[in-house]
Amino acid sequence: MKTVSLRINDIPVTINEGATILDAAKKLGIRIPTLCHHDDLCVSGNCRVCVVEQKGAKVLRASCVVPAAEGMQIYTNNQKVREARRAILELLLSEHKSECTSCLKSGLCELQALAQEYLSDGNAYINIADQTPPDISSPAIIKDDSKCIRCLRCVRTCKELQGVSALWSINKGNRTKVATFMETPLHYVVCATCGQCVNRCPTGALTERTYIEDVWRAIDDPEKYVVVQTAPSVRVGLGETLGIEPGEVVTGKMVAALKRLGFDSVLDTDFTADLTIMEEGTELLTRLASVLKEKKEVPIPMVTSCSPGWIKFIEHEFPSLLRNLSTCKSPQQMFGAIVKTYYAQKKGIDPSKIISVSIMPCTAKKFEADRPEMKSSGFKDVDYVLTTRELGHMIRQAGINFERLDEEGYDSLMGESTGAAVIFGATGGVMEAALRTAYEIVTGREVPFKNLNVEPVRGMDGIKAASVKLEGVKTEWAFLEGVELKVAIVHGLINARKVMEQVEGGGSPYHFIEIMACPGGCIGGGGQPIPTNLEIRKKRTEAIYRADEALPTRKSHENPEIQELYKDFLGKPLGHRSHELLHTHYIKREIEFHAKGQTNKIR
Amino acid sequence: MKSEEISRRLAELEQKVTLMFKSIDCTKVVGDVLMECPETILSKVTSSGLSGRGGAGFPTGIKWKGAAEAEGGMKYVICNADEGEPGTFKDRQILHVQPDKVISGMIICAHAIGAREGYIYLRGEYNFLLKKLISRCEYWNDYLKKKGFDFTLFVRSGSGAYVCGEETALIESMEGKRGEPRNKPPLPVTSGYKGCPTVINNVETLAYTVMIMSEGPEYFRSIGTKDSMGGKVFSISGDSPRKGVYELPLGMTLHEFVDIFGDGDTKAVQVGGSSGTCVPRKHFADTIIGFEGVPTGGSMIIFNSSRSMYHVLRNYLEFFQEESCGQCTPCRVGCQQLLKGLEAIKTGKRPHSYLDKLRSLAITMSVSSKCSLGQSLVNPFNSITGHFREEVCY
Repeated sequence: MKTVSLRINDIPVTINEGATILDAAKKLGIRIPTLCHHDDLCVSGNCRVCVVEQKGAKVLRASCVVPAAEGMQIYTNNQKVREARRAILELLLSEHKSECTSCLKSGLCELQALAQEYLSDGNAYINIADQTPPDISSPAIIKDDSKCIRCLRCVRTCKELQGVSALWSINKGNRTKVATFMETPLHYVVCATCGQCVNRCPTGALTERTYIEDVWRAIDDPEKYVVVQTAPSVRVGLGETLGIEPGEVVTGKMVAALKRLGFDSVLDTDFTADLTIMEEGTELLTRLASVLKEKKEVPIPMVTSCSPGWIKFIEHEFPSLLRNLSTCKSPQQMFGAIVKTYYAQKKGIDPSKIISVSIMPCTAKKFEADRPEMKSSGFKDVDYVLTTRELGHMIRQAGINFERLDEEGYDSLMGESTGAAVIFGATGGVMEAALRTAYEIVTGREVPFKNLNVEPVRGMDGIKAASVKLEGVKTEWAFLEGVELKVAIVHGLINARKVMEQVEGGGSPYHFIEIMACPGGCIGGGGQPIPTNLEIRKKRTEAIYRADEALPTRKSHENPEIQELYKDFLGKPLGHRSHELLHTHYIKREIEFHAKGQTNKIR
Repeated sequence: MKSEEISRRLAELEQKVTLMFKSIDCTKVVGDVLMECPETILSKVTSSGLSGRGGAGFPTGIKWKGAAEAEGGMKYVICNADEGEPGTFKDRQILHVQPDKVISGMIICAHAIGAREGYIYLRGEYNFLLKKLISRCEYWNDYLKKKGFDFTLFVRSGSGAYVCGEETALIESMEGKRGEPRNKPPLPVTSGYKGCPTVINNVETLAYTVMIMSEGPEYFRSIGTKDSMGGKVFSISGDSPRKGVYELPLGMTLHEFVDIFGDGDTKAVQVGGSSGTCVPRKHFADTIIGFEGVPTGGSMIIFNSSRSMYHVLRNYLEFFQEESCGQCTPCRVGCQQLLKGLEAIKTGKRPHSYLDKLRSLAITMSVSSKCSLGQSLVNPFNSITGHFREEVCY
C-alpha cells in the first residue's frame, strides 16, 4: 500500500494513502476534537469542529474528511484554529438549549465536554434553539429538537447501520432540522425504537424515555413488591457507566447494587432466556416436523423474536412474513408473565402488588413492555423498563461505591441460569444456545463443537451463515436424519432487510434465522453505555463468552429451575399454559401521518 | 456627463467586445471543432485565458484538462444554468437569445474531455426556457447522431435552492439527493456526477468557448487585462437608468462603470451579487472590475444615496439564512447569527461593539464553512459594516 508523509504540528508522520488528516493525527497521539464524526458512520464533515490549518491553504480544512497528502504541513492547535473552533462551538451552543443540569445525557454530552474544554461562552451569540416541544409520542425514545446540533449522526445511523431512515434532515438554512416523514410523531413512523441514534447522538436531542422516578416511587412504596430482572448483556455493559473499562463482567456487583437500591427481589432475565430456548427450540423442531414429516405448509425459515426493535421493523416492513416469526415472546416478556403468575403463586404474593422492573440494554424493550398484548398475566407483565444507562444513573444517585461492593448472587426462583442464556447478549448467542439444546434433544449427544463453543455463529459479520448436519438422530426424530440444518445469524436492521428480502423472494436456504436489531446484538443495544464503537462492542462480546464459560451449566435444558418450572407449572414446552403466557402474536403496522388536516395511512 | 457622452462611451466599450450576442453559424463551428483533436481544443481554451464566468474564476482550460486526463468510462458535461445569485440575470438572457452557443460549448467540451452525456441544469424559476432548450437539445442530438458523434444532451430542472448553483450541490441535486455541497476533494473533474469525471461550467463560460473556437484564442485574450482576459456579460440593476444585460470588457474601474451606469448619485456598488463585495464611492476610482480587483459573476447592483445599507445588508442576510443548505455549522448558524445580531444592534438590544464580534464571526465563517456559500458571506457583511458602520448601527 502506498503511503504519504506529512507533518502535523511539525512532527513527521507517515500513513497509508487514503487516510484522513484526523487519522494521521490520531497516529501521532494528537486528539483533534470532533462532533459529527463517529467511528461507526461515514464521514460527513459538517460540524467543522475538527478544522485544522494547512500551510498554504486559504481556508481551514476539516480534518475528518480531507485526505492526508504528501508534504502537507498541518497545525491542529494554533490561534487561528482555536478561535475558529471556539466560535463554532459557540454557534452550536446558540442553537442548543442548554439544560445541562436536568439533561439525561449530561456527562455523556460531547458538546458539553468540548464547550468546557474550549471554555466557550454559551451566551456569546443570541440563542436560536428550536422552540418546538419534545416529541414524546414514543414510549422508548424522546426527540428534543431544541438540543439538536444537526450533526446528522442519527440520520446516518438510521440509514447506514439500520437501513430504516426513520430520521432525515428536512428543510434548509435556518429551518434545517432532523425529522421523521412529514414530521409525524416518532411512534407512528417506521422507527424500530432500537435507540442506535440515542447511542450516537452527541447531545441530549435523542434520549431514552426515562422511568427512573417511577421506579424509585415503586421501591419507596411499602405496599409494592418490586422485582427486577437483568438482561444478559447488562452485566457486561453496566461497568462502563460507572467508570469501569469496557469488557468487564460485573454480575455480582450489579446484583449487590440492585439489592442496595431497594429492590425486593433481584432476578435474572437469563432464566427466561433459557425458557425461550426450551420454547423456541421446540417450536423449531415442531415446524421442521410439519414440513419434513407431515409435508405441511408451515413457514420456514423460522425467525427469532427476541429483539423488539426487529419485531417493530418487520411489522412495518415485511407484514407478509410475520408467520415466519417465532411466536415466542422475548425473554423479558416471558419473565414478566411468569413473575406475576408462577412466581407470585410460589412466593405467596398478590400479583397486583408486584411491580416488575427490567434492566435492559435496549430502548425498544420499553416499547415492547407497552404493547397491549403483553398482559397475559392479567396485569401489565413488565411495568417499567430501564436501560443499562439508567441503572448506572440510579446507582450514582444512591451514592453507591460500585467498585467496592462485594459480589452477591441472584435471589432464588428465577435467578438460576446457564451459559446458554448469557450469550443471548451477543449476536449469534440465541442461535448457539438453541443449537446446544436442539442438537442434544434430537441426537442425544452434545453439539459437536469443542467445549460447546459453536464458533461459526460467532463474530461481527453482519450476516453469518452456518450449517449443522444431523446424524445418528433418536428414533422419534428420524425424519431429521441426514438433514443439514441451515441457519443464519443477522444483526443490524440493514442486514435484516437483505435477509428478509431473500425470504420474501422465496430464495432463502435457511431453516432458522436469528435476527437482532442492533449491531453486535444486545451488547450493542440502544440502551447500552455511551460511547459505542466496534472495539467496545467486541470487548463486551468477549466478556459475554467469558461469562458463559465461567458457568457450571451451559445448556438451557439443564437449568434446574427451568425443569422445576415445567414440572410444577407449565407442563411441557408449547403446552397450553406456555401458549397462554409465553407466546404472542404480531400485527401489521400502518404508518399514520397527518397532512393538510387529514389523517392518512400508508399500507 | 451628458447623456450623449454616456451613450458614446457605452458604445465604445461595447465595441471592444462583441462576442456573446454576435450571431454566428454554430453548426459550422461545431462541425469544424469535431474535426479537430481534443488536445488542440484544450490548448486553445487554455491559451485563451478563459476563466469561469460564474464568479469563481477557475481557469476553464485547466478544468477541462483535468477531466480529460481523469480515468473513467463515462464522463459528463454539465451546464450550470442555476443562476440564482441575487442581481444576476445574464445567463437567462444568454440562454434565451443564444441557446445554440451554450449547447455548442457543451459539445466542444464533450469532444475535448471525451464525455458522452451532457446536462443543462436549469434554474427552476427559468422553466419558461425549458421548452425551448429541450427542443434545441433535440435538434443538436439529431445533428450529432448524423455526424456519428456519441454525445447526448438532456435538460434537468432545478427545484429552487440557491445552493444548487454550487457545483457539487448541483450534482447531488441531479442525483436526486438533497442539494448539499460535497466534501472536497474529490473535485468533480475526477469524481462528479454518479462518481464520474464531470466538467461543470457556467452558461456564459460555455458560450464563450464557441467564440474562442470561431474567433481564435488570441482575439479573446486581446480583450480585457492580463489577469482578467476576455469579455464578460454583466447584469446591471439597482439605481441605474440603464439596467439590463451588457457585454463589456473586464478590467475597467468602478469609476468608469458608475459614470456610465450610475444615476449620478451613486453611493455604492455591490459587485458580484449578494455574496460579492460592496464598494463605496470613495473606492470607485481605485477598484478594478476583474480578478485583480473585485471579481464578479456579472451582478452589479447600484445603490444611490436614498438606500439604507442596513436594509440592503439585512435583505442579503435574510436571503442567506434561508438559502444556506444547513449542513455545516458556520454557515447554518452563522448566517442566522449575523442577521439576528445585526437586528439586535439596530434595535439597541446589543451594544455597537457586538458588531465587531459579528465581523470576526464572518471571518471565521469564511475560513471554516464547507463551501463557497458560507465562505463568501464575509464579503458583503464586512464590506458593508466596514464602510457603512454608522448606517448599520444607528
